[in-house]
Amino acid sequence: MSGDYAITARGLTRRFGTVIAVDHVDLAISRATIYGFLGPNGSGKSTTIRMLCGLLTPSEGEAEVLGHRIPGEAEAIKRKIGYMTQRFSLYEDLTVRENLEFMADVYSLPRRSARQRIGQLLDKYNLADRERQRAGTLSGGQKQRLALAAVTVHEPELLFLDEPTSAVDPQSRRDFWESLFELCDKGTTILVSTHYMDEAERCHGLAILDRGRVVADGAPQELERRIDASVVEMETGDSRTVRRLLTDLPGVLSVTQLGMRLRVLLDRSVADPLALIRTGLIGQRLQFDARLTHPNLEDVFVAATQGRYLKAQA
Amino acid sequence: MKGLLRLFAILRKEVRQLRRDRLTFGMIVGIPLLQITLFGFAINTDVRHLSAGVADHANTQFSRILAADAQASQVVDITRRVETPEQLETLLRRGEISVGIFIPSDFGQRLARRDRPAAQLMIDGSDPLILAAARQLTGMSLRYDTAPRQTTDVPLFEIRNYYNPERRSAVNIVPGLMGVILTMTMVLFTAVAIVRERERGNLELLINTPVRNLELMVGKIIPYVIIGLIQVSLILLLGVLLFHVPIQGRMIDIYLAALVFIAANLTMGLVISTLARTQFQAMQTTFFFFLPSILISGFMFPFDGMPRAAQYIAELLPLTHFVRLIRGIMLRGAELSELLSEMWALMAFMLITLGVAMLRFKKRLD
Repeated sequence: MSGDYAITARGLTRRFGTVIAVDHVDLAISRATIYGFLGPNGSGKSTTIRMLCGLLTPSEGEAEVLGHRIPGEAEAIKRKIGYMTQRFSLYEDLTVRENLEFMADVYSLPRRSARQRIGQLLDKYNLADRERQRAGTLSGGQKQRLALAAVTVHEPELLFLDEPTSAVDPQSRRDFWESLFELCDKGTTILVSTHYMDEAERCHGLAILDRGRVVADGAPQELERRIDASVVEMETGDSRTVRRLLTDLPGVLSVTQLGMRLRVLLDRSVADPLALIRTGLIGQRLQFDARLTHPNLEDVFVAATQGRYLKAQA
Repeated sequence: MKGLLRLFAILRKEVRQLRRDRLTFGMIVGIPLLQITLFGFAINTDVRHLSAGVADHANTQFSRILAADAQASQVVDITRRVETPEQLETLLRRGEISVGIFIPSDFGQRLARRDRPAAQLMIDGSDPLILAAARQLTGMSLRYDTAPRQTTDVPLFEIRNYYNPERRSAVNIVPGLMGVILTMTMVLFTAVAIVRERERGNLELLINTPVRNLELMVGKIIPYVIIGLIQVSLILLLGVLLFHVPIQGRMIDIYLAALVFIAANLTMGLVISTLARTQFQAMQTTFFFFLPSILISGFMFPFDGMPRAAQYIAELLPLTHFVRLIRGIMLRGAELSELLSEMWALMAFMLITLGVAMLRFKKRLD
């Protein structure tokens, strides 16, 4: 099975004292794909990534990463992976080039190919004119590009990216994802954690994590198809009152406000969601307009974290 | 009124934080405890039990009484008996004794005639405190001598002050100070080295690379070894130029001893670095190591003057061994080969601390 999969995991669990950070996570991540971990802070994304690169020992369960067993063969994995930490972890008092040279040496790249590779990376990540600048003085987007360049210096088969875009502007995020697709096209497997829906949407495969458990997994489109809820979009003049009234109705899972609009998630068991909403708002003298719509990934996320999600049949 | 409220807000926050900072809490109690006991133990200008050697050429009843009386005075502990004054000089140079008592073959006649000192005291005068203590022996009178003593200006002992005839304290302090300066700077350098990477987040990246423990440790040490050797050169230069401290021994011996001592302090720093969570904690811990080093290593107060317990603890500190080495080489012209046991002690300390640092440093976050 390790031939097709870069990562497989069975019952991966990690406890910190009495807190269960990761709770029996199963994974099967195909090679040369971008796989996303979507979840709020504290859902166990970072802990899972750290276990998969051998930084944390699982309390229970096991994983196979690029054909190496975890726990046990953590050191062998380190040459083949790159790990971009959530916090900028290169040396701020070294220049851009010095940081890359350091990483090249640490991964024992021969001098000549190292120089060549660093040149390539500086060009590719648009850092050539910054090579003599100290890393600490770079902007958020530049730091992030440097970090990606640094963890790909040794051309790893597998990249772990822990919330790589949390500190950069939207344009940088788009460029960053372009780079990821480029790497993926060349055969790199990428595991990326995020709490942005639009980023999750770009992944080939996705696991939604909530309180340490995988509550949904699959391709984003597939997840949207399999959602166990219907979605109603509403426009109303008094969204706060409407929201309060709807939240109390039986069968309503969640109501999210998006400016003037409301997005209402209802249990599948509700036969006619629009009728339920109309009945619920009768006699309130409220102007509103409601229509059924397609679920998006955020709906999937909300439904899944409330346990309203049909798992794929194994 | 509002000002008072804000003041109390700060005060309460400070106390709460302090309660959770165990190391600072430890310092509040630990520093006075350590200082008082160490100073109380170590400061003893009334030095007794200096280790001494005797070369008795007279070998008469009187000469044996003289040795026994010297022992009974508690100023010296006779630990070695040798044949010749030259052997006493060798022992002095090696630092095995601080005082040599030479009793010449005509001891009895000298004693009777009282026209010149009857015996000779050979004193390692590099430490003025030891010199002062040993001089007490000159006032001694022999036990047989019960008759009222004729007032005579001729003392019982002739004093030969070795290694520091001008009795300058700089001569004794500068070599030891080299050790103190190296302890302070070297331990601190590496104590913050790993913690700093942890604090700045570099460590999480680093432990995910193929870098091995030993490579990381040795790579961190080597630059500071060179810095340490530069410091040694600077101290030697200043010592010679400003204080005219003599350098009796060989330069290569000084640098070899310093090299091992520097390495031992750097590995100690690495151990601290694996224990501390923040750079501030690392500095606090370094201070706890530095304090006893400076007080009971023999740098400030003569080793022989300290109680046994303090001496045993002092044997565990690298500075104790380095002070013996550097004083021996610089002031008494001893060769490194004569002081090998001190070198072994430093090497053992270095290897053990390096081992501990490597065992404690895990390429993991759990």
